[in-house]
Amino acid sequence: MPGRSKSPERSEGKAAGPGLPQIHLPRNTGRPLDMDWVLAAEANTSAIERRVKALPRRRSLKKAHQAAWLLRAVTLIDLTTLSGDDTPGRVRRLCAKARQPVRADLLEALGMKPGEITTGAVCVYHEMVETAVRALEGTGIPVAAVSTGFPAGLSPLHLRVAEIGESVKAGAREIDIVISRRHVLTGSWQALYDELCEFREACGEAHMKAILATGELGNLRNVARASRVAMLAGADFIKTSTGKESVNATLPVSLVMLRAIRDYEALTGFKVGYKPAGGISKAKDALNYLVLVKEELGTRWLAPELFRFGASSLLGDIERQLEHHVTGAYSASWRHAIG
Amino acid sequence: MTVKDIFESMDYGPAPESPAEALKWIQNHGGEFGHFINGEFTRPRADFATMNPATGEVLAHVAQATGDEVDTAVAAARKAQGPWAKLPGHQRAKYLYALARLIQKHARLFAVLETLDNGKPIRESRDIDIPLAARHFYYHAGIAQLMEAELPDAEPLGVAGQIIPWNFPLLMFAWKIAPAIATGNTVVLKPAEYTPLTALLFAEICREAGLPKGVVNIVTGDGAVGEMIVAHEGIDKIAFTGSTEVGRRIREATAGSGKALTLELGGKSPYIVFEDADIDSAIEGLVEAIWFNQGQVCCAGSRLLVQEGIAEDFLARLKARMNKLRIGDPLDKSIDIGALVDPVQLDRVRRMVAEGGGEGEVFHADCPLPDRGCYYPPTLVTDLAPASMLMQEEIFGPVLCATTFRTKAEAIEIANNTRYGLAASVWSENLNRALDVAPALAAGVVWVNASNLFDAAAGFGGVRESGFGREGGWEGLWAYMRPRMKLTPLKPIPPVPAPKDAKVEGIDRTAKMFIGGKQARPDSGYSRAVWSPDGKLLGHVGLGNRKDVRNAVEAARKAQGPWAATPGALKAQILYYIGENLASRADEFAARIDAMTGRRSGTKEVEAAISRLFTYAAWADKYDGLAHNVPIRGKALAMNQPVGVIAALAPDESPLLGLISVMAPAIAMGNAAVIAASEPYPLAATDFSEVLETSDVPAGVVNILTGQHTDMAETMARHMDVDACWSFSSTDLSALIEHGSATNLKRTWANNARSRDWLSPAGEGREFLRQATEVQNIWIPWGE
Repeated sequence: MPGRSKSPERSEGKAAGPGLPQIHLPRNTGRPLDMDWVLAAEANTSAIERRVKALPRRRSLKKAHQAAWLLRAVTLIDLTTLSGDDTPGRVRRLCAKARQPVRADLLEALGMKPGEITTGAVCVYHEMVETAVRALEGTGIPVAAVSTGFPAGLSPLHLRVAEIGESVKAGAREIDIVISRRHVLTGSWQALYDELCEFREACGEAHMKAILATGELGNLRNVARASRVAMLAGADFIKTSTGKESVNATLPVSLVMLRAIRDYEALTGFKVGYKPAGGISKAKDALNYLVLVKEELGTRWLAPELFRFGASSLLGDIERQLEHHVTGAYSASWRHAIG
Repeated sequence: MTVKDIFESMDYGPAPESPAEALKWIQNHGGEFGHFINGEFTRPRADFATMNPATGEVLAHVAQATGDEVDTAVAAARKAQGPWAKLPGHQRAKYLYALARLIQKHARLFAVLETLDNGKPIRESRDIDIPLAARHFYYHAGIAQLMEAELPDAEPLGVAGQIIPWNFPLLMFAWKIAPAIATGNTVVLKPAEYTPLTALLFAEICREAGLPKGVVNIVTGDGAVGEMIVAHEGIDKIAFTGSTEVGRRIREATAGSGKALTLELGGKSPYIVFEDADIDSAIEGLVEAIWFNQGQVCCAGSRLLVQEGIAEDFLARLKARMNKLRIGDPLDKSIDIGALVDPVQLDRVRRMVAEGGGEGEVFHADCPLPDRGCYYPPTLVTDLAPASMLMQEEIFGPVLCATTFRTKAEAIEIANNTRYGLAASVWSENLNRALDVAPALAAGVVWVNASNLFDAAAGFGGVRESGFGREGGWEGLWAYMRPRMKLTPLKPIPPVPAPKDAKVEGIDRTAKMFIGGKQARPDSGYSRAVWSPDGKLLGHVGLGNRKDVRNAVEAARKAQGPWAATPGALKAQILYYIGENLASRADEFAARIDAMTGRRSGTKEVEAAISRLFTYAAWADKYDGLAHNVPIRGKALAMNQPVGVIAALAPDESPLLGLISVMAPAIAMGNAAVIAASEPYPLAATDFSEVLETSDVPAGVVNILTGQHTDMAETMARHMDVDACWSFSSTDLSALIEHGSATNLKRTWANNARSRDWLSPAGEGREFLRQATEVQNIWIPWGE
């Protein structure tokens, strides 16, 4: 079988049967590239748009439910800074926010213990990994590094692979890699698979989040097929975007990727995580994503090991909504600490 | 439950819409309502109660209309109609615009009231029913504005009696009222007895809109009131949406009354999924197809046809999806499925599944039901065959019936294996395949990769026993309009009696009937002599009977499919060729006509007949459909499809022109025709069959019978493989035709004891083309 030699030889646990309670998920070991299965994926854009347009109106979260879901959303955020002007000081500030993302008095009013709510991770460029790891020491909050020539992914392959190794060495527990869009756009699925297998190998114990850059893949069918290839190659998460494309996370793209995750679980038993990134800045948007995930994959996925928001300004809006829930009065941004 | 608990469970909570404002509105009316007649509410009466099916609680009491009240309402509508129709279109447009705006302004009240009365989820009444109702008034405000310019030769029918169902109370109300009043009709409408409240709220906004008194009249009550409306002599048109059973009774009751009729009836719509479909989207589409409005939808995609190779996987995914549906309090904004409208309906669904479920495997979705109220779980019955009762009968509930198919051809065959023909869905990512299948389906509406899309700009309505007539779009206007023309009272034309002194010349010549491309002797073995007024024997014709009709319909059915598939350009060529061949025998035909009628109009009639053939040759490749501008990324293609097999009684008075006036539009549009020749003057038609034989008309496309119209009319009208029956006989057979047509609810076009001048423009044109076609709307969303 082509690519077999490069296919993952990992066996870090067998998938448990459905419905079994499990704390630690068996990690996706990947599968040989099955082109029949990849190419069987179809995506009807109009129907997908209808579904995501209707869904937020089919589910409504009010009052305590809204507050609780927003709190959960906070725990799912990869608090991110990916700017050319990032400095250690800026990253430490962000990490401080990740440790205490919501004001203590609000948490108390909501019946949560201090320290119970942290963001899912902090996401930075390689150069900032060590700073972030130190800043988060003792919190259990993982540091994620964007990698492989982020965001375009067009640097030499051996450098991209080496970059992963460097970030892992620096302490990153999650590596957000970018795929070569050209492999998707030219239908070179084997090349995509091989590249991802190499990345996954380089990640070692660190979890691989495969950024598909869906805004650059041309259509939803390509998104579906690229999602399948990424999971076969052993991705722990599939992620929409770098945040640098002109179109980043959208609900239609999310629906396609979530369905791919469901299909992959049906095929292999492995639960793969999902991370929409870019453009999610409102609490209401976050709820829509959570509802979509719950409806398509189930409540099990609404946990940091299976779902993340890649977002920088979302947290601020959630904090305002939470204060509104607690006080009944609309909030202001300056009442909440910045990151 | 604390925030912390919910944080752990990530459950949905209740998100109730308050009923307070709607209940207050009812209370402000004292909990009792009268009718809305001539712009005013009559004194409220508590004749019967309307309930909230989600709780079983009484919402309000309403009046059961008496005969006098119906009379008053009809009289008010009649009085208002003339002035209303005479208003400039722009004035009517302003009223319709106001009504649309007022529905929007009171949208929330309408939505909550609808959900309380009907049991449908508030999400649906809020996001679908009410916005679509407003949209219908907007669209038809535009029609009122444009119709003088765009439809200068059309006139309103008069007073329309409208009877609507309980499944979409306000939406069906809008579908009925908006086109009727936009085009200058006035209405007497009866809402369903289960769900009268939003119609009564609408009555209030008619006053806020300043609508002239009597234009809209609303009477409440049960089927007995409906019967009074149907039978009322002061009503010109009946529009009914409801069950096929009641539709059939209305067809029989109105037969021969001269009332125009449109029916929008039941369905058992196929939902076809090919192996190359986007499977998850097709499953999501099913949620909209069969679990929309608790499945109480006439066009519900209730028959699932899945390609065999993907069936197992598809059904497993479908069941998983069903388990995620949420059923419960319709006022909860997080509910997918509410309550059935009434315990009667709940019993009916239960009974049908109990009776028919055993033929397959029944799966009820694993979703908890509320303790009380009319709830039935989403249900899937698999392993059914077309022969299963549940695959044939309309359930009108949240029950999906499934079977499999192997090929495209088999999918079409199974899909069309039904008495109904309302809607269909086709799922495939291959547009070649989808667009091949869509027009082959016996359905007035087809959704490609979608389901239950509606818009005022696209016609909605069925074929077969799903009824006739369209609602919405330009095509829907003809339910409330007719061409402006002079018709004269019908004069019966008896055959020329045998003379005392017969003049017999030449060699005996037998004119035969023409069936399946062959000359055919009458089954009866009886013939009749045809005499000229001056006593000459012109020939004999066979007396056709029911078996001849049967044979002709059989031949027509066989020919119709291939003929419909013949390109319009080729049909045109054949029609021109018929004209050419007729022209070469013009003198002979003219002489024959003169001999039979004793008039000297033969030459003129033959010329007109040739011209008419040219007219429809011209139309054969020009009666284009429309690409409706519906609010999707895509279009609804309104295709002018042939009706199928048309049986017609030709006009007696114009032996050749009458025949051709009926035949030519029918075949130009791709129908096959079975035509009974002019009864007194049949020989022009029998001669004409020789012209057909030499003009490349495929066998069976035109079949000509001779004999007495009364002998053949009933067989034609009752024949269940005939799709439309027309009568232009000088014997008024309208009652017989319309009554007989109820067997399969075929379309009818009877002269109602009036005749038209076949030599005038009234003898040809778009009216004929409309009668010869069914508008099929194929919704095609696109985008990648």
